[in-house]
Amino acid sequence: MTERINLNQQLVLDTETDEKQFLTFMMDEEEYGIDILAVQEIRGWEPVTVIPNSPPFVKGAMNLRGTIVPIIDLRQRFGITHIGYGPLTVVIVVSVTLKEQTKLMGIVVDAVSDVYSISEEKAKDVPDFQDSDNAQFVHGLVNVGEKMVVLLNLKKVLDLHDKSCAKSNGG
Amino acid sequence: MSIDLSQFFDVFFEESFEGLDAMESELLNLEPGKEDQETINTIFRAAHSIKGGSGTFGFTAVSDFTHVLETLLDQIRNGQRQLVAEHVNLLLKAVDCLRAMLTALQAQEEPERQEANELKQRFEAILNGENSTDAPEQAISEPEEQADLPITFQIDFKPLPYLFKTGNEPLYMIAELSELGELETQALHDEVPKLKQLNAEDCYLYWRFFLTTTRGESAIREIFEWVEDDAEITIVQCGGLFEEPVEQVEPSDTPQSVPAEAEVPVQTPASSKTVQENKKETVPAKDARKNTDPSTTSIRVGIDKVDSLINMVGELVITQAMLSQIGEQEITESSIAALQEGLAQLAHNTRDLQENVMRIRMLPISFVFSRFPRLVRDISQKLNKQVELKLIGEQTELDKTVMEKLSDPMVHLVRNSLDHGLETPEERIAQGKDPVGTVTLNAFHQGGNIVIEIMDDGKGLDTEKIRNKAIQNGLIQEQDELTVDEINELIFMPGFSTADNVSEISGRGVGMDVVRKNIQALNGSVEVSSEAGVGSTFTIRLPLTLAILDGQLVQVADHTYIIPLISIVESLQIDIAKVSNVGKGLQVLRLRDEYIPILRLYDIFNHKGAREELDKTLLVVVENDNYKVGILVDDLLAQQQVVIKSLEANYQRVDGISGATILGDGTVSLIIDISGLIKLSGLRRPGSSELLVDLKADEGIPA
Repeated sequence: MTERINLNQQLVLDTETDEKQFLTFMMDEEEYGIDILAVQEIRGWEPVTVIPNSPPFVKGAMNLRGTIVPIIDLRQRFGITHIGYGPLTVVIVVSVTLKEQTKLMGIVVDAVSDVYSISEEKAKDVPDFQDSDNAQFVHGLVNVGEKMVVLLNLKKVLDLHDKSCAKSNGG
Repeated sequence: MSIDLSQFFDVFFEESFEGLDAMESELLNLEPGKEDQETINTIFRAAHSIKGGSGTFGFTAVSDFTHVLETLLDQIRNGQRQLVAEHVNLLLKAVDCLRAMLTALQAQEEPERQEANELKQRFEAILNGENSTDAPEQAISEPEEQADLPITFQIDFKPLPYLFKTGNEPLYMIAELSELGELETQALHDEVPKLKQLNAEDCYLYWRFFLTTTRGESAIREIFEWVEDDAEITIVQCGGLFEEPVEQVEPSDTPQSVPAEAEVPVQTPASSKTVQENKKETVPAKDARKNTDPSTTSIRVGIDKVDSLINMVGELVITQAMLSQIGEQEITESSIAALQEGLAQLAHNTRDLQENVMRIRMLPISFVFSRFPRLVRDISQKLNKQVELKLIGEQTELDKTVMEKLSDPMVHLVRNSLDHGLETPEERIAQGKDPVGTVTLNAFHQGGNIVIEIMDDGKGLDTEKIRNKAIQNGLIQEQDELTVDEINELIFMPGFSTADNVSEISGRGVGMDVVRKNIQALNGSVEVSSEAGVGSTFTIRLPLTLAILDGQLVQVADHTYIIPLISIVESLQIDIAKVSNVGKGLQVLRLRDEYIPILRLYDIFNHKGAREELDKTLLVVVENDNYKVGILVDDLLAQQQVVIKSLEANYQRVDGISGATILGDGTVSLIIDISGLIKLSGLRRPGSSELLVDLKADEGIPA
């Protein structure tokens, strides 16, 4: 765990290196990372309002202090089996800029894991697994100590106009 | 001395746009031959401040252009030139051009020069050539300024004593004057008091200059532009280069005593003040402000509205204090009663506050109406029709967002009224009508709605032609019996929007479906009534605000939706005996004389677990587009006002949903978009009472 750096120290260091901070979370035993600057807040799961005729991975809309925020189940978005939601289920609210519009969206993950500081240069390109629909979501792979972290391309993950969500069959 | 001028840009642009709007509306009031001095002064003043401001901020393109405009206006103002219709047209074009230039500058782009240059040349042509009227002033009017021969001007410049305090320095002006040509300066000091009485901060000296220059009078005036309110300035031409300057004025004389025909006062302090006051009065009163400029996000709010808000917040604070006091007491029966009373007061205060906050967004509809005089003038000139535009109810208030979206459909309707509705003067005379047609715009409140009527006294819609066209387009069948109103309704059908139809159909047609769509997008409606030979009236009905609506909460399975109350005609329990199956999977309910198609919300929205048996559910009959459908729901819940939130902002458009809101318990509830829902259900309307069903053929609806 030598790679782990205290958050406060890192804030100072950050200005001097090209390292970026990533928030990682667990999903189906895998660790995924997203740019920490996109993260607005982390909340527990609460029931949401179903949006009719939306893709199955869109769980619905949530009230975030007066703003309507759509909630996306990342497992379902990735085609991983859906598990029930429990008290430990976490919603990470992120802001992404899609087509010049900044949108707030929530992603449902199993659990939040850690914050790492990673030099982007270290991130390796995704191996050629074109067969997988999910390849487009991956920004790169990086080793942190013994573990491998999948850095996500949030824009792709949250761009719902993508063809993979064309088929609608809501809850 | 470097001041960051950019901090004043916003104010400059705002004021300039106001000035342009004022110029435009005043120009429209001008009738050549009957011009009123005040009006011309207002226009001149507006042009003058735009020139001054743009000069200060270094927008030379604007100030150069405004300069020629101002020169022409000045000549008209001084009676040197007769106002003719051509001037008004040209000035209006200049206003457009200036507006475009300023808009570009505001967006920090380089303004388009070509149009400005062309216009400028036309102005210069007027200033140089033809009909500069009325002899006496001829000698000093512009044509000679353009000549290359040097002219000697006698300039009397007598600053008012406080000149220094306004930050002006005569020395600079003298230096600038000397750059224009050969300058002879006499400083007159007879008003300098004895040393004891002398106030070092006052200006006692005054000057007489003899300037021999080829640059013309306007160049001189420009130098004194900033002090013309603070000084007496006389500029007199005293002949050619070789003549001796004529001693016309005794040094102690004030310029006013100079023989009138020999001088043109640039601007006496007295007259300039009246102009300024005039401007101050007219501009805010007319509220002439751009409303189309998307870059403007500020609104001006009357101080009375702010005052009442402050009052209300005060009340709210008192109520809050009262409640917290009760909260500290021990709970007894009497304190509960007091608590309830306090809560009622709180509810009352909140409601008041809400209404007043909403009122901040309300602006008088004159913001939209004010663009029409110009539009009507331009179009009627193009069409060779004589039109009088009447505006009624200009002070009727309306939410700013609604207003912004209203103006395009209105422009369309007014244009149609002028183009297709009103006849030519000859036709009108032949029919015994006044050759001048009338278009009336009328706005008023009715319930929670604003109603806007666009009336013309033209020939009305030609129902026979519309009917034929509709049959040709397959919108209706030959044998369909339609009432006049139903036929008139047809012009809103998309089939009527193709360009070919326009010239053939004398009635309205171009893009009326778009007009209706735009208005429906605002939760409003548009209707037409028309009588042959008498005229037509288009009636637009809109909610006062887009931010709040009265909603009916309904339940389907465990989902809560909101149906806009304004669309609901009635809610009822279904009498199964009156339900019949039409075609594949569609059921209709016979309700009095109508057949109401039943839309199953759970089916359209793919919800499981809803009640499906007709006798255990409720039908909410809604009207959209003069067309009724019934929405099947499990239950009716409360009615309440809901604040509309965008679902699109963070998500995307959802068919059948117009937005979302947050209920009292903090959960999100979606608002149903009736026309979207009908579309989603696959139900289509043919122009008559007959139903065409195009339901998802393979699925069908469980009965």
